[in-house]
Amino acid sequence: MSSDDPAITVRGLEKSFGEVRALCGVDLDVVGGTVLGLLGPNGAGKTTFVRILTTLLPADAGTASVLGLDVKRDAAELRKRIGLAGQYAAVDENLTGLENLVMVGRLYGMTRGAATSRGRELLSNFDLEDAARRPVKTYSGGMRRRLDLAAALVAKPPVLFLDEPTTGLDPRSRLGMWAVIEDLVSEGTTVLLTTQYLDEADRLADSIAVIDHGRLIAEGTSDELKDRVGGERLEVRLEEEGGAEAAVRALAPMSDETPVAEGSLVRVSVRRRSGTIVEAVRRLSDAGVDVDDLALRRPTLDDVFLTLTGHAAEERADPEEAAAA
Amino acid sequence: MRRLVTDTLIIAERNLIRLPRAPELLLAFTVQPIMFVLLFRYVFGGAIKTPIPYVEFLIPGMIVQNIAFGGFVTAIGLNEDVHKGLIDRFRSLPMARPAVLAGRTLSDIVTNTLSMGVLVGTGVIIGFSFQSDVAHVLAGVALLLLFGYAFSWFFAWIGLLVSSPESANSVGFIAVFPLTFISSAFVPVASMPTVLQDFAKVNPFTITVDAMRSLWLGLPAGNNVWEAVLWSLAIVAVFAPLAVARYRRQGRS
Repeated sequence: MSSDDPAITVRGLEKSFGEVRALCGVDLDVVGGTVLGLLGPNGAGKTTFVRILTTLLPADAGTASVLGLDVKRDAAELRKRIGLAGQYAAVDENLTGLENLVMVGRLYGMTRGAATSRGRELLSNFDLEDAARRPVKTYSGGMRRRLDLAAALVAKPPVLFLDEPTTGLDPRSRLGMWAVIEDLVSEGTTVLLTTQYLDEADRLADSIAVIDHGRLIAEGTSDELKDRVGGERLEVRLEEEGGAEAAVRALAPMSDETPVAEGSLVRVSVRRRSGTIVEAVRRLSDAGVDVDDLALRRPTLDDVFLTLTGHAAEERADPEEAAAA
Repeated sequence: MRRLVTDTLIIAERNLIRLPRAPELLLAFTVQPIMFVLLFRYVFGGAIKTPIPYVEFLIPGMIVQNIAFGGFVTAIGLNEDVHKGLIDRFRSLPMARPAVLAGRTLSDIVTNTLSMGVLVGTGVIIGFSFQSDVAHVLAGVALLLLFGYAFSWFFAWIGLLVSSPESANSVGFIAVFPLTFISSAFVPVASMPTVLQDFAKVNPFTITVDAMRSLWLGLPAGNNVWEAVLWSLAIVAVFAPLAVARYRRQGRS
């Protein structure tokens, strides 16, 4: 297959849990060697989508294939070519890091020797060398996630599914995880990554699909999505409410939209990040407006959702968990 | 088929590696059975009328009961694997489907052997002795391991069925404990009310315990040994497919 052929093809995928419709007809292509970020709030259907593609769950309707292998018909072949790492860090707590990787490698059909040397290589790549011989129950949350990801990579699968790889991690561990995933991508692995965080999708994904209530509501590159959301937001707090009108006039040329004033707070979406603050300060001081505070804010998932769906990306119960209860 | 054997051994190895790292589980295999043997022998023993000395009557019954419960490790272990997402990982790997369960039940044989050894040792110290030749003693060991293996499949099914390790524990206990008591394991069946006697006579525990007494103590066997083997095979034939079917469907609803 050529590199432009989709590594993952999904058509009309549907799945319900009792009354809850987790996926209502999803179509999606992921180009080989690229990273797709599936972005959505809790309960949007992200995990259900990944579970169907990794053969853990049968779909009610529609088709899905990975590298041309159908998730239902060719499940056994498909499993040899995928790796799965999830938000629950599925590793055995009573085994050491190395023992976990060797076990998974052998279950992929590798010899003990090959699995051991691959395991050591991954442990050193993922900064877990010192912990290789310690039981996983002594690991921190970030270390477990890295080991979980390493386990998905033991057999060097060409397609990787990462289900919310950084959910629940502290900021430092999250950055570490991002660095690891970025290295991976540079090696040409096709990755489908689910996330609730726009900045994560922004940093890691070549293209982003936004999912809500089991439907894809937008697809595109991070820039395309941001254009639809309106890019960065500049927030200016004025010394006095009276300056609001002058501030709106002064800032208007920086944006395609009219700045909005609420009391002493003026908000405006801006086209670009670099130089924005300097330009805003200059314009405001030229207009004689006194500024108390001024900040650039990146658009959040809430901004994306607000713009695309008209509702916020509120927390909702996961339909799978709701159906199981 | 080769895949199934290899994967089963990999999983069994994993279960055995982790065993010494969960010492509370080892206590359940060793200290607990010793406690029960001593309590039965010295508290109830004097009050129970048996045709042979009570310690000889008791030890085969106690070992059969104990080995049936050996599968607990499988129920609890599988249930933990479900909750920690390990079953999802295994199901996404290109491994033989029944291997996770087959590996589990296989490693139970090792732990069952350990607890059998502890019980026989304790029995010998308090006056138990084999009354038959080596071949029959070994046949008894094989029968015990087979019976324990059969119950491991029952517990595998329970472990996948229930929602938490705690409920695996209590469901297994409620299902198996009365069976072991309404049998010839601890008292002669003839001492029970008629209704219980009828049940006890067809209870696989009675049949297996009687088979053990004939193999280890040289008592008349009747058809007990063959019936005991058939019962164990029947339990595997019912619960192994149930457990594997449940495993395939794991996490679907």
